[in-house]
Amino acid sequence: MTRALLALFGWLALVSASAPVPVATGLIMGDTLPRSLSEFRFFVDGIGHTPNDRVIGYDLNTPLFSDYAAKNRFVYVPEGETARYTETGVLEFPVGSALIKSFGYPADFRDPDSPVRWIETRVLLRREDGWVALPYIWNEDGTDAVLARAGRRLPANWIDADGERQEISYRVPNQNQCKTCHARDGEIALIGPSARNLNNGRRLAEWVDWSILDHAPDNAPRVPRWDDESDGTLVERANAYLDVNCAHCHNAAGSASNSGLFLTYEESNPVTRGLLKRPVAAGRGSGGFDFDIEPGHPERSILLFRMQASDPGIAMPELGRELLHEEGIALIRRYIAALDDQG
Amino acid sequence: MKSIAAMAAMLLASTSAFAAVHTVEAGPNAQERLQGALIEAEPGDVIEIGAGRFELTDGLSLDVDNVTIRGAGAGESILDFTNQVGAGEGLMVTSDDVVLRDFAVENSRGDGIKSKEADRIVYHGLRVEWTNGPDPSNGAYGIYPVESTHVLVQNSQVIGASDAGIYVGQSQQIVVRHNMVRQNVAGIEIENSYFADVYENMATENTGGVLVFDLPNLPQMGGHSVRVFRNMIENNNTANFAPEGNIVAGVPAGTGVMVMANRNVHVFENVIQEHGSSNVMLVAYTETFDDPNYEPTIRDVVVHGNVQGRAGYAPDFEGGEQLAAAVGGTLPPILWDGIGTGIVVNDEVPVLTLGLTAAGQSLTEAQPSMAELSSETPAASPEAVTLPESMLAAVQ
Repeated sequence: MTRALLALFGWLALVSASAPVPVATGLIMGDTLPRSLSEFRFFVDGIGHTPNDRVIGYDLNTPLFSDYAAKNRFVYVPEGETARYTETGVLEFPVGSALIKSFGYPADFRDPDSPVRWIETRVLLRREDGWVALPYIWNEDGTDAVLARAGRRLPANWIDADGERQEISYRVPNQNQCKTCHARDGEIALIGPSARNLNNGRRLAEWVDWSILDHAPDNAPRVPRWDDESDGTLVERANAYLDVNCAHCHNAAGSASNSGLFLTYEESNPVTRGLLKRPVAAGRGSGGFDFDIEPGHPERSILLFRMQASDPGIAMPELGRELLHEEGIALIRRYIAALDDQG
Repeated sequence: MKSIAAMAAMLLASTSAFAAVHTVEAGPNAQERLQGALIEAEPGDVIEIGAGRFELTDGLSLDVDNVTIRGAGAGESILDFTNQVGAGEGLMVTSDDVVLRDFAVENSRGDGIKSKEADRIVYHGLRVEWTNGPDPSNGAYGIYPVESTHVLVQNSQVIGASDAGIYVGQSQQIVVRHNMVRQNVAGIEIENSYFADVYENMATENTGGVLVFDLPNLPQMGGHSVRVFRNMIENNNTANFAPEGNIVAGVPAGTGVMVMANRNVHVFENVIQEHGSSNVMLVAYTETFDDPNYEPTIRDVVVHGNVQGRAGYAPDFEGGEQLAAAVGGTLPPILWDGIGTGIVVNDEVPVLTLGLTAAGQSLTEAQPSMAELSSETPAASPEAVTLPESMLAAVQ
């Protein structure tokens, strides 16, 4: 027993002196729910978010709005494996992969060097029988994050881009709420990492070079950055925004399948996209209006009304939005106003 | 023989060794404790909600199959969402074989209890209430199963919903019985659904008592095979308080039963009385729509053996007063828009038809007259809905 322990200590000393211990792929693939984020060894430091080997940082052309939180995204694919390229939908990741996303707020959004107070890190683990979603909450000194399956509300505050002080009760989602957005036909699915949303001209090729992705065509599809007028038409940017912010529930296999309002990037039926579509179960979410989108009339469109609401019985998205996304609202208002009011 | 004994032992093990009861009491941090129990539950477990008031700030959710959530009674164990700040409903269920019983949900900001793609769900002995009475700021649906096969809602009360008290949508094999719904816009609504039995309920003081609807542009359409029978549907005259834009906002105050855009609906042996607009309304979908797969008319609707009381004395729809004046001051208890096939009324009360010929036609083109709709050979009634034994056993 003592000898075994000594051997273990010797081994630990050896590895800590050289390369970092690799990511705990066995833990990703196992059937336990690790108590601490550090057990996975995704990062070689604590809160600094210095990624371990084969843990790759990335961002998206058009990200989900989450109460203005800053996000750090990483993907991990085990050594010897690659994700499979798909033209539509999200990439297909092999068993043992993980997606890691941290949420926090810089003290002052006007200062790019302002320290970020990280609140939580959500992980998606690709196991043999599918994805598992787990939320971890960081401790005060940022040395580790602890599993919080039931979620929690935590105070968050920052100085925004206009110099205003913001303060919210930040909602760390519980495990079921993770699934509310990540559900496809009752199973957990990815939302963000599609080829077209990852594609920034270089990234897909880089991932192939680094053996993260199996291949990627030169002409891979790409969605525009929603907030860059030089990067796509108004309709393209609005569709990208609605795809990322709404379509995770509003698709035929998602949590809002019963609404019949589907906002995936591929959806082409105007009524299904909300144009002159009447609500079905909106309740007071209708705001007294007749249509999800009334072309030419943002002021009478339920979709925009619900983006502009804070009341939890009305507000959309239902989860993770306490603040209004003013810039997103402005984009969708312009988009609806520009639609031909003949439909 | 040996294998039977082994199987019996396994069955015992599966019901005893794994069926843990987790009790959650009211008190500080109820949100995280109750939600934690719902997340950590294993199939077969019972989550017992203690007596008392649980002050909740966010929606609760259950995503584990074969779990029972049981309170100490609809007046005892109260999930209070008065201070809710997040999520679209009070309690959300997304797993199969779930039993919800003997607790109350009060003042959720959105819907009360919703279950989606939750097969074989049982709602029993519940109360969902908005305690300030009819108010447009109340949540939409009280009890709200959707996209599910095998649904049982019984012995429950819903009060104050700004849309429907009990709403079953895009589902099939449905039983709604022995419930009390009052002061909602719609008492009970069966929408875009197949094979539903709605019986022995009490619907009173709503805007409309029982609605059987079908709407366009939805994944499941073509509602059919619904039986509404032996209900007490009385005095549903509350002014409509649904937010505009919702289909129920168009339901006239003083409606007993309304059948819209459905096939094979049988309304029988109910007591239907004291309705200012109409005891029974049989109509097509009236709005414009763009959906080639949608059928807006009613077909094979049979009304018979009901006890029909006073109706039509205060019609709450455009042109209603003139219409009443034209037929002697009071509308007959049954109104038909004139559209659809296989419409049979064997109740011995007069029926007024508006004489319209196509769905969506303007009421200004109505040609009202009395209609004779009795028949000795009405369409056959749908079979009684049969639910799996496991559901019935769960609440015996």
